[in-house]
Amino acid sequence: MNWGWISQNLASILSRLGEHLILALLPVLIGLVIAVPLGWLANRSRVARAVLVPAAGLLYTIPSLALFIVLPLILGTQILNPLNVVIALAIYTMALLVRSIADALAAVPGMVVAAATAMGYRPARRFAQVELPLSVPVLVAGLRVAMVTNISLVAVGAVIGIGGLGFFFTDGFLRGNTVEILTGIVLIVIVALIFDALLVKAGKVATPWVGAGEKRGAR
Amino acid sequence: MIEFRGVTKRFPDGTVAVDSLDLTVDAGKITVFVGPSGCGKTTSLRMINRMIEPSGGTILIDGQDSMSSDAADLRRGIGYVIQQAGLFPHRTILDNIATVPLLLGWSKADARKRAAELMETVGLVPEMAKRYPVQLSGGQQQRVGVARALAADPPILLMDEPFSAVDPVVRESLQDELLRLQAELGKTIVFVTHDIDEAVKLGDKVAVFRTGGVLAQYDEPGYLLARPADDFVDGFVGRDRGYRGLGFLPAEGLPVGELRTVPVGASPEAVREAAHDGWALVVDDGGHPQGWVRVNADGSAGTDGLVAGGSLYDTEADSLRGALDAALSSPSGFGVAVDGSGVVVGSISADDVLAALATSRREDSAA
Repeated sequence: MNWGWISQNLASILSRLGEHLILALLPVLIGLVIAVPLGWLANRSRVARAVLVPAAGLLYTIPSLALFIVLPLILGTQILNPLNVVIALAIYTMALLVRSIADALAAVPGMVVAAATAMGYRPARRFAQVELPLSVPVLVAGLRVAMVTNISLVAVGAVIGIGGLGFFFTDGFLRGNTVEILTGIVLIVIVALIFDALLVKAGKVATPWVGAGEKRGAR
Repeated sequence: MIEFRGVTKRFPDGTVAVDSLDLTVDAGKITVFVGPSGCGKTTSLRMINRMIEPSGGTILIDGQDSMSSDAADLRRGIGYVIQQAGLFPHRTILDNIATVPLLLGWSKADARKRAAELMETVGLVPEMAKRYPVQLSGGQQQRVGVARALAADPPILLMDEPFSAVDPVVRESLQDELLRLQAELGKTIVFVTHDIDEAVKLGDKVAVFRTGGVLAQYDEPGYLLARPADDFVDGFVGRDRGYRGLGFLPAEGLPVGELRTVPVGASPEAVREAAHDGWALVVDDGGHPQGWVRVNADGSAGTDGLVAGGSLYDTEADSLRGALDAALSSPSGFGVAVDGSGVVVGSISADDVLAALATSRREDSAA
């Protein structure tokens, strides 16, 4: 095995890593921004839920490779445009989160929502300050799945030429370079683990009330 | 003052929850809506701040039609205490209480300062400010709920079965606390409960609703117990209403008989000397009752084993109910009357209480 390949290609590895991160994380942000209003709608109206939740489920079942190839035809983008991958992954993220958000909002106790209304909250502010913050724990669970899925799916994009660290799979396969392939796999796993841990940490910081009850018993 | 004028609530499925309700809630008083489930008491309460909108009639709040202003603005001016407190789980106690001031546009510092004051008002220690609702007991959460409702100092307070989820002991202390607060604040309070004892204890006036959203009777609690309007109210008011009704008759003028007492450790002779019908009351140096001693059949007095006394009748605060209970619960049959500081002033007999009741009835029918 040619371990020396790593040190000789450090610059390329780092630039692929950077590309991989952008391709994986940007869609999480975009998907989240689109999913919040859709999830709100699905929670608010029975009809909207009956349409949105199955539709989102259906989108999620489209194979990623097919989506990468079909999107340029729909969007009119070049096949090598990274936007294809970003949009495809944003669709997956959104599809996954719509249901999470709708369920999370439905799980906010009715008594709390009624109390907020009775205090004089108008619906938009109530959503932003009461319902959405309370759905963060479920939302974070959905985000973790979406993010880890994205980090691994970006590699599939290598088949159409935009794949971040996935490039080392196709390139290493052609050259018969096992070290190159291993480097790609290990880095993707490490990135997934690190960002998952970061998200868990961020979720905890954002929801200091979760688990606060356990401290009382411990003391 | 809140006036219901021919207020009806018909839900889309055709159910009539409230049927042309006419009722006036007095300003500065506690008015309790009570009744079995499905009687429209909660719906009536929620129509006041438009959590539910009436389908007919008008509700006037200080002469203003409740429908004439924006619902959210209206609600910010009316305190609301919801069942099981309904606190915001993601906010600290301090921020829960600061909710309405912040909605009204106060600065964060002012809102929190006000919230800290209210924590003290409702008897919460300052250390709780930074905790989350889940870290508090049910009773403490309920206090936070009351503080939150009072934060912007609204003239009206709506309380929707606020104490139903806590155990009876805590409930009683919360009720006492509410009465204490109300004596200070003088809010217009509308309180919903299904518990007639709670209604009678808290209400300056009690509105009894029957199933189908019809007002069955609206009266002062003593009146409700003494003269139920019909069989429904009679049945709802429940057992022992005669006894409970005594709680609304003042004990002024009730004769307090002489009661000779013996100090702790008195000799058998002294006990025999002081005893009345074979019983003598033992008091400490300050004159506070300790228990009863019995003179045995052979004339000896058992000073070593005190028999616990019954309830005490406070001549400065208690009603006829307190007086009768003191007599009935005393092992000797003589109720122990004490002054405000708990010093024995004499005895009370059940016969005297019944005589006082008869007098009060005569005056009532003459009036």
